[in-house]
Amino acid sequence: MEAGRRLSASLNTRRCARTTAELAAAFLADVAMVVLPPTRRRAGWLRGTAGRTGLEEGEIDLAAAAEVPGLAEALAGFPPVPSRWLDSAQTPAWLLPGGFGPVGHLLVTPLPGNGVPAGALVLARREGSAPFDDKTETLVRVFAARAGAAISAAVLYQEQSATNAILTGDLLPPPLPELEGVRMAGALRASQQAGLIGGDFYDVYLPDADALRDEPGRRPLVTLGDVCGKGARAAVLAGQVRHSLRTLLLLEGRPERIVGLLNRSLLASPAKSPFVTMVLGAVHSAAGGHTRLELAIAGHPAPLVLRGDGTVEEITERGSLLGALRSIVPALVTVDLAPGDVCLFYSDGITEAFGGPTGREMYGTARLKADLATCAGMPVTALVERLEQLSTGWLAESAEQDDRALLAVQAVPSEARVPAGRGGER
Amino acid sequence: MSELVLAPGLEAAAENYLEHIGHADEFGAVDLALNLLDDGVPAETLLLGLIAPAQRRVGELWAADRWSVAREHGATAVSERVVAAIASRVRPEPVLGRVVVACTDGEYHALSTRLLTEVLRLRGWRVDFLGASVPGTHLITHLHQKGPDAVALSCTLPTRLPRAHATLTACQAVGIPVLAGGPGFGSDGRLARLLGADGWAPSADAAADHLQSGGLPSSPVAMDAMAHLADEEYTQLVRRRPAILTGAMDALAGAYPPMARYDDRQMESTAEDMAHIADFLAAALYVDDTAVFTDFVTWTCGVLRARGVPPGALVRGLRVFRDQLREFPRARHLLAEGIHSAHAAETDDADWENER
Repeated sequence: MEAGRRLSASLNTRRCARTTAELAAAFLADVAMVVLPPTRRRAGWLRGTAGRTGLEEGEIDLAAAAEVPGLAEALAGFPPVPSRWLDSAQTPAWLLPGGFGPVGHLLVTPLPGNGVPAGALVLARREGSAPFDDKTETLVRVFAARAGAAISAAVLYQEQSATNAILTGDLLPPPLPELEGVRMAGALRASQQAGLIGGDFYDVYLPDADALRDEPGRRPLVTLGDVCGKGARAAVLAGQVRHSLRTLLLLEGRPERIVGLLNRSLLASPAKSPFVTMVLGAVHSAAGGHTRLELAIAGHPAPLVLRGDGTVEEITERGSLLGALRSIVPALVTVDLAPGDVCLFYSDGITEAFGGPTGREMYGTARLKADLATCAGMPVTALVERLEQLSTGWLAESAEQDDRALLAVQAVPSEARVPAGRGGER
Repeated sequence: MSELVLAPGLEAAAENYLEHIGHADEFGAVDLALNLLDDGVPAETLLLGLIAPAQRRVGELWAADRWSVAREHGATAVSERVVAAIASRVRPEPVLGRVVVACTDGEYHALSTRLLTEVLRLRGWRVDFLGASVPGTHLITHLHQKGPDAVALSCTLPTRLPRAHATLTACQAVGIPVLAGGPGFGSDGRLARLLGADGWAPSADAAADHLQSGGLPSSPVAMDAMAHLADEEYTQLVRRRPAILTGAMDALAGAYPPMARYDDRQMESTAEDMAHIADFLAAALYVDDTAVFTDFVTWTCGVLRARGVPPGALVRGLRVFRDQLREFPRARHLLAEGIHSAHAAETDDADWENER
């Protein structure tokens, strides 16, 4: 029973193999080696030795596996064959730990998986010890069935999650590039926490050399947006939006034109309700270390601007959302950031979070503004982290969560210094 | 990570370092650390003998109301950059097993876990640093995918202990032993033991030693349920938290007439303070540990004192809860102990006033 509990605990291949080797070395033989199903003609192995803590690990060639009768067959996924008594003289050196001494008895047992070969278990006992009798062999077979089921479930899970990781990799928030004159930081929390992906997104696009040659005035673009819905389905559409933006940028650099084109592409999309709200902004450097953001706002909560003295300005225009109507009117806004000023983009998952002391209150724009005001003078990474922290703290444990995204763009402070002493309250 | 003392010879550097991070001077701080590294100071010494003590000092300066929260956060952000700079300079080959380092869900004090991560890397472990506020489900998925030898779980605030316990149990259920750390588990690690952690370490280097010495079992043993939870005081307090808080705010307004003149912001910050009391009370009930609550009261009195607020305000809040939670004998006992601690702090205050 203990063996069953320990074997079924993990969905990790190595971990299952490790438990198998540990248990077998503790109860069945002097040495127990699990040889895992091979990939690209090589097979990993884990070996436990009775009376020793810790396991050894290694890898063998399939050719080497063939030196042990029955092992190659077991690994190739042939149906379980009766375990064989082996001539210990046939034992290759790699099978046993150094200093083990002469082998008395060997037993190779396939690990039958759930339709997938799960490798093989090799057991060895020292010369002079009791041979593997019928009773032991039956026990080994029962144990191998359990271990094989656990390992093959783990192998399947690992393959699925590897595929999953590839598919979702592009949907995760990107690392933010260095842009001259500005500092940026972003945070994204998906509502479906195991998946890490959701319908909120942010991204930064730099014009490529060809675009710059044709149009030297091309500026980097920043965006933050929200796709209708949650989870994997929303994440796929968010990924498509980010990809479309990347492609559109090859031909067009003006935010208001890009959102128009994106709207057309969303209307043509096979997705069921491809509604998207977003802010897209071109980053211009201006005189005196200022940064000018030319924003197109499409149905999205308008950004907030934190000035150096702690005042927070709110842009009120929202524009129309994308993916619903043939003709859209984005709100066009210019934001001038003096050195140290911060423009904060956020998704409605932040402001519409329910919780607080009573557990029923909405966080709201007013609180976000008040909390943002306490961040004057912070580096943007700290600012974003603090706002995310406050928002997480606000969320009631029971509340249904939405995706939450934050992206802060700061004009580099003239000197990276906050005034000494205290300033602002807790 | 409270056992750290400044490494000898680093005193002068430590002052300069604090100066740099206090002004969010990233380049100054990074240069200082990298120069020391070039001078032959070991990376681990820099992490634990320079950055960690400075960070503790930052917390003290905030508590003493000498640094604003913006300055505190700015300093922490700079220290994160310094750790990254050191990590990119010194990159040993991993020769030991794999360890996952994570903060409990809802925990944002990531710098100490980042320091642990780098110390483990320096010692030759392969480390997956999952960062701040790691949701339990995400952590478990990661464990299945990577099959590490151990999880190092950090809990800084006792209010996160119930969540830490859930995470810890889940890790053990998938067969991975857990090494607990951080002040949330108690300065002596008693709460880590209570919650069934497979190991506990008071500091990053102690954690590394513990892992290296093979102190953790290869397969964790599940622990029994905690008998004191059978009275359901914790469960009821958490379930009825919104109603209890609303009631407490009303009672407080009755007991303290000046509250009628509070503006929205003051009302909200009072509500937050009351919620804080309720959360620490819940945590203390969960682990059945009086010190979890009284330490919170004493610490809060210190923070209030630094801001010119007498402990009376806190005592009012504690009394309101005590009067309200009539069916919660364990909670009432904790609150009585809390009121006692606040009075003790007040007496200290009076002494302190007299000395001036």
